[in-house]
Amino acid sequence: MSLDRIALSRFRNHADTVLDQAARFNVLVGENGAGKTNVLEALSLLAPGRGLRRAALIDLAQAGGPGHFAVGASLTMHDDDHVRLGTFTQPDRPARRLVRINEAAASAVALGEWLSVGWLTPAMDRLFMDSAGERRRYMDRLAVAIEPGHAAHAARQAAALRERNRLLSGDEMPEAAWLDGIEAQLARHGAALAQGRARLVEGLKAELADAPAEPFARPALTYRPGGPLDEQALAETLVHSRRRDRAAGRTLIGPQRDELEVVFAAKDVPAAQCSTGEQKAMLIAITLAHGALAQKGRASVLLLDEVAAHLDPVRRLALFERLAQGSAQVWMTGTEMAAFEGIADRAAVWQVSGGAAQRL
Amino acid sequence: MASQEIETLAAALARMPGLGPRSARRAVLWLVKRRDNALPQLVEALEKVRETLVECSICGNVDTSDPCGICADPRRDARSICVVEDVADLWALDRARLFTGTYHVLGGKLSALDGVRPEDLRIAELLERVREGGTDEVVLAMNATLEGQTTAHYIAERMEDLPVRITQLAHGLPVGGELDYLDEGTLAQALRARRPLG
Ligand SMILES: [Zn+2]
Repeated sequence: MSLDRIALSRFRNHADTVLDQAARFNVLVGENGAGKTNVLEALSLLAPGRGLRRAALIDLAQAGGPGHFAVGASLTMHDDDHVRLGTFTQPDRPARRLVRINEAAASAVALGEWLSVGWLTPAMDRLFMDSAGERRRYMDRLAVAIEPGHAAHAARQAAALRERNRLLSGDEMPEAAWLDGIEAQLARHGAALAQGRARLVEGLKAELADAPAEPFARPALTYRPGGPLDEQALAETLVHSRRRDRAAGRTLIGPQRDELEVVFAAKDVPAAQCSTGEQKAMLIAITLAHGALAQKGRASVLLLDEVAAHLDPVRRLALFERLAQGSAQVWMTGTEMAAFEGIADRAAVWQVSGGAAQRL
Repeated sequence: MASQEIETLAAALARMPGLGPRSARRAVLWLVKRRDNALPQLVEALEKVRETLVECSICGNVDTSDPCGICADPRRDARSICVVEDVADLWALDRARLFTGTYHVLGGKLSALDGVRPEDLRIAELLERVREGGTDEVVLAMNATLEGQTTAHYIAERMEDLPVRITQLAHGLPVGGELDYLDEGTLAQALRARRPLG
């Protein structure tokens, strides 16, 4: 199962780009700013969520164009049947993402029933050094690709948290029944959020355990919850910490304090203290593990932005080898064809320049 | 180019839900063409509604009489009260003719961020209604939003000591779905599957 007949219309710098006869491996080469990553971003929008740049919808529409865009692709199934996936905005509602599946209106979440999309981009290089909040967002993005319902729990937990913090920041201790109502929501969605993250990390650990230790530094993952995973226990903790949270001006217990700990297993060194190359290798290992975990029964697409060029030849070949063993369709970008030696003969290659793609 | 008066009318209509500038213009054009017949009829109907529109002192519904048509209807089961956030929710539920009891409109939902407090809603009136006696069941039919569910929880807790059965609408609808947008089949299912609040 893989994507084909990908069409970008008024999307970023692509006025009207069509990528036909895609293969298992697909390579987009071109200079920086040519629009390679924009193609990956368009593909990332064929899954639930905000895509690989987390951009606002109005920023996705071509600058100087009419202000709306469309992205479509055909998903070829095992039996050669096609499912047409599309996402777009309309001129009168440029901030609303619309989805069509087989010509019928659908929700963005429904895209996840057909396709799982994972990605690795240079913007993620600092993940292990960034704030814990970035890693929580990262966990949630990976979890949503496996369980689309995770997104709703994350959104509602955040909303309930804002309500509770605001209520506690008033001049007087708020009415208990009101706090109880908010905390019931916070506990329900917070526990579901934490459990989703815990399941994700367990799944990744199992996949990573099966992966070879070389040449990609194997990361050891630990999920450190910021509160009880059980709804009842979380609710009780929230009741007991009202006074303390009021003094602190925020809620001190719960999944908003979660941490994803990553350690270079072989050396027992925290990822943040590893070399840039080791960090990249661990990110690749997690990306591959997640790809294997997420696909289960669905078509799977992996977007690797500027990944190959920064690997030494041994790791590069090992990456291609690992990707070939999996079943995900792979889309890679690079500035030079040399970085794809060893895969180019099996890949569909496009030269991207000025928002247009030419099949080589 | 239309006159200032016609523009003002079009702008007023355009703000109405489901219309927008283009539809508003079409409506105005239609009225202008039928200025001898349809236009006076519309003006008269609007004026009559404006004169008689009143909030029901029992349930908070907006109608042309007080008590409203629902509260005054003897065929309605007054022992059962369905609590909704908004008049729109009441109308959605009642349009489907699924609920045979009476209603109570809160006039919003609790929101710390928007500064909507319990005393800003018609919650005290609801408690008073139940305390007066004659109520067997209170159905909490808040929207499935975070604020809606918080409000339902709050009201249930405030009614804990009252001799009344409290049930909650089993929504079975996507998160964030609003009651008013539900089709009648979904509403019927939600009402039938209402469950006691635990
Ligand atoms: Zn009434």
